Amino acid sequence: MKGSFLVNGRTNEWAFEPDATLLDVFRANGHPEVHRGCDEGVCGSCAVLLEGKLVNSCQVFAASAMEKDILTVAGIGTIHEPHPLQTAFVESGAVQCGFCTPAAILASLALLRRNPNPSDEEIHSALDGNYCRCTGYVKIIEAVRLASRRMSSHD
Amino acid sequence: MTDFSVVGKPVLKVDSLSLACGAARYTADYEVRDPLYLAFAYSPVAHGDIVSLDDSEARAMEGVVDVFHAFNTETELFTTAGQGYPEPSPYDTRLFNKRVRYAGEIVAAVLAGTRSEARAAAAAVKVEYAPLPALFDPEKAMDKESPKVHGDDGAYAPLPVPFRPEENVAGEVLFSFGDMEKGFADADFIVDETYRTHYTAHCALEPHATSAFFDEKGRLVIVATTQVPFHARRTVSRVIGIPAHMIRVIKPRIGGGFGSKQEIILELYAALAAWKHKRNVKAEMSRSEVFTAARTRHPMRVRIKTGVKNDGSITALDMGDVMNTGAYGAHALTVLSNAGSKVLPMFNKIENMNFVGRAVYTNLPIGGAYRGYGATQGYFAFNQQMDGIARRLGIDFLDFVKRHHIREGETSEVFKAIGEGTEGVSQIIRSCKLGECIDKGAEAIGWDRLRGKKVTNGPVVKGIGAAVSMQGSGIPQVDMASASMKMNDDGSFHLYVGATDIGTGSDTILSQIAAETLNVPLEMILILSSDTDLTPFDTGAYASSTTYVSGQAVLRCAEKVRSQILSVAEKMTGATPENLVFKESRVVNTATGEETSFSDIACFAMYSHDQFQIQASASFTGSESPPPFMAQFAEVDVDTETGKVRVVKFVSVGDCGRPLNPKLVEGQIEGATMNGIGYALTEQYLFNSKGKMTNNSFWDYKLFGTLDMPEMKTIVVDSDEPTGPYGAKSISEIGINGPAPAIANAIYDAVGARIYDLPLTPEKVLKAIRARTEG
Repeated sequence: MKGSFLVNGRTNEWAFEPDATLLDVFRANGHPEVHRGCDEGVCGSCAVLLEGKLVNSCQVFAASAMEKDILTVAGIGTIHEPHPLQTAFVESGAVQCGFCTPAAILASLALLRRNPNPSDEEIHSALDGNYCRCTGYVKIIEAVRLASRRMSSHD
Repeated sequence: MTDFSVVGKPVLKVDSLSLACGAARYTADYEVRDPLYLAFAYSPVAHGDIVSLDDSEARAMEGVVDVFHAFNTETELFTTAGQGYPEPSPYDTRLFNKRVRYAGEIVAAVLAGTRSEARAAAAAVKVEYAPLPALFDPEKAMDKESPKVHGDDGAYAPLPVPFRPEENVAGEVLFSFGDMEKGFADADFIVDETYRTHYTAHCALEPHATSAFFDEKGRLVIVATTQVPFHARRTVSRVIGIPAHMIRVIKPRIGGGFGSKQEIILELYAALAAWKHKRNVKAEMSRSEVFTAARTRHPMRVRIKTGVKNDGSITALDMGDVMNTGAYGAHALTVLSNAGSKVLPMFNKIENMNFVGRAVYTNLPIGGAYRGYGATQGYFAFNQQMDGIARRLGIDFLDFVKRHHIREGETSEVFKAIGEGTEGVSQIIRSCKLGECIDKGAEAIGWDRLRGKKVTNGPVVKGIGAAVSMQGSGIPQVDMASASMKMNDDGSFHLYVGATDIGTGSDTILSQIAAETLNVPLEMILILSSDTDLTPFDTGAYASSTTYVSGQAVLRCAEKVRSQILSVAEKMTGATPENLVFKESRVVNTATGEETSFSDIACFAMYSHDQFQIQASASFTGSESPPPFMAQFAEVDVDTETGKVRVVKFVSVGDCGRPLNPKLVEGQIEGATMNGIGYALTEQYLFNSKGKMTNNSFWDYKLFGTLDMPEMKTIVVDSDEPTGPYGAKSISEIGINGPAPAIANAIYDAVGARIYDLPLTPEKVLKAIRARTEG
């Protein structure tokens, strides 16, 4: 089947199998920044924002995401113009292998949008669906704190 | 301390912005034109002969191009372990074995037009097995009547090391010094305990993948999730029969390894299919396939018998290890030897020591390299044993450790006794701040305030425990690294290393070493790792070797470049070398104050006369392997009604020489520690009675997430390793050694019950509490 997907502010017409997941469609159509870590809805590496909500794209049928607003990490900032969260992850040492990073940044973004000054507990709770095997999470938590401070001081 | 401008600074990881922006590319992200896809069929039986295999239905299915299996694809015996050549692991497997040796073994590979076509056809491959009695208990492996896992197919060890498949022995390590009989006779009491560790998986978030495609000259390019690109090229060439000069292996960004990608698996099948059909091929493991078709941490039974005098001296130590290598012997000998060689030197004053280690085959998943590499298993036993002895002596555990541990200027007989399938390499410890690590950690965890106090809150009792460990920095006289470097006309430098950054940050560390040596800012070093066509050789990312071994190669290379810069500057300025000093990106004549920029020097060399490009290469092999040291501390709350253990706080204090990048050092310690806490408490393979793993999913194999994590404190104690690049030793593995024993010791501190088997589950803790209460 065919459908229209609004990803990072751009509309795309993509063909896909009826049982394809949103993750399958991303990976087949030039969005490798969305990572396949487990394909079973646990590790969170494939998370994106769908209508502003954090979802594991491996658990979403592509057909159900048509015409909806989708954000991947490539849509929030670039190497030349990074988002404050991307900068905070880099500066805090929260990026090791980087495989979980795009999704962890999106999970953090979803948190900071609804709660610009989260407590540590709220940060831990918001990121619990994003496994990281490299960092032990310590510097990821620090990165979210740093971004929260910076982003709210800009407001 | 010398003042450095780039090393020792928390400079940003050179690839991190690219990773954070989703711009970096991993193996599965490579766009391959018109690829075919591979999928696999696996054995459901743990041990048996394949009587027949019918691929006709699979071949008739939509999109199927080929089906590979034991009846149409013969290869010679080899090992999947990515180690130096010849490997210390036995050659005991083929691409497809006619006898399967564990449930989950690859029996067929299907090549088809799409991934789903390949998977559907793999499910349609019909295999008939004649089951054989299976061996699941490693401790019965050497019994006469036990089934033999190998010996039917000519398996052999390519190095002259012990290998006795007729006894299920895949590797054996023996050493002894002193007089054991006298040692035990001199003891006032003997402590003889047995500890067991379990099967676990690395769980790197990126599953194993390979993209194989042909370049415009018809050479096969293999992009792979690998820690060992050069070993991968060698093994693919040998096993598939493709001339090595026709193979290029590229390591892109890697989504974590932890040892799991020191193994050559998908590369072989993808190369086989691509080479035969001259088509581009992609292969990716699913998460469940990573659990059972990739590698695991070897389970180990560790028995320690210790002779102790009432004055606290240890008169003899006898360690007996039975390590389960599973169906094949990947890394069997070397992981086993590390359980002795990385553990026993810790207490170097023991004059009588004996080590008997055997790696045995079973019909269970295959062991492999895993962060800690045997030391983790050994230290689980060692630290609990010493905690028990200290308690019996009435001595504080930390005081007991401080009395016995190895120090600067000292050596251990063990270094000389055990190597990689050979004798070891004698060495003197030149840097060790373990004492300071212990003191700082004790303060941070509140040792004096909480140890032995059994602070109680309803059914919950608090306990404090500690563990110490050491690792190595590469394999001495084995691991070799090379680097090459060229200077560009703007005064920047290209640095090419075979060293394999798998997320560890080695690209950053090696760039820092080059930048420091050449007095340039970090951004003037443009690093490329690793590509068998472009970068020089390096054994790869394992054995905690990259900072120390590859770092020395980079340092030497950069020093050669530096001296070339100096000689060009002499020619340009007419100054004598004594008057020339390096300042940031320029050479200054101290006699005249004249400054010559690196850019001018590079252009002079390239364009003026007697032209040449400033460039150099260097190799390095360590003649020793200076160990990093670590003390780790756990504060736990044990619920005496449920047996549940909650780690409240965890402190790790490490000495890795001079930390070249403190943030990366902390990150390595924190990641290893969290991995170790999961190893201690929740991670484990569960098997049914037929040897099949029943929890090969992240739903049923529990990793720690952010809601599970304790308060974490990491402290880095600087030392200066004179043999290391800018004083550095390794840090990547050691942090995983302490959590399990520190937590087990903390449980004992809380409830007076010792758990000898990992993982430390509520059931075991509750049982141990009840046994103690009832006993």
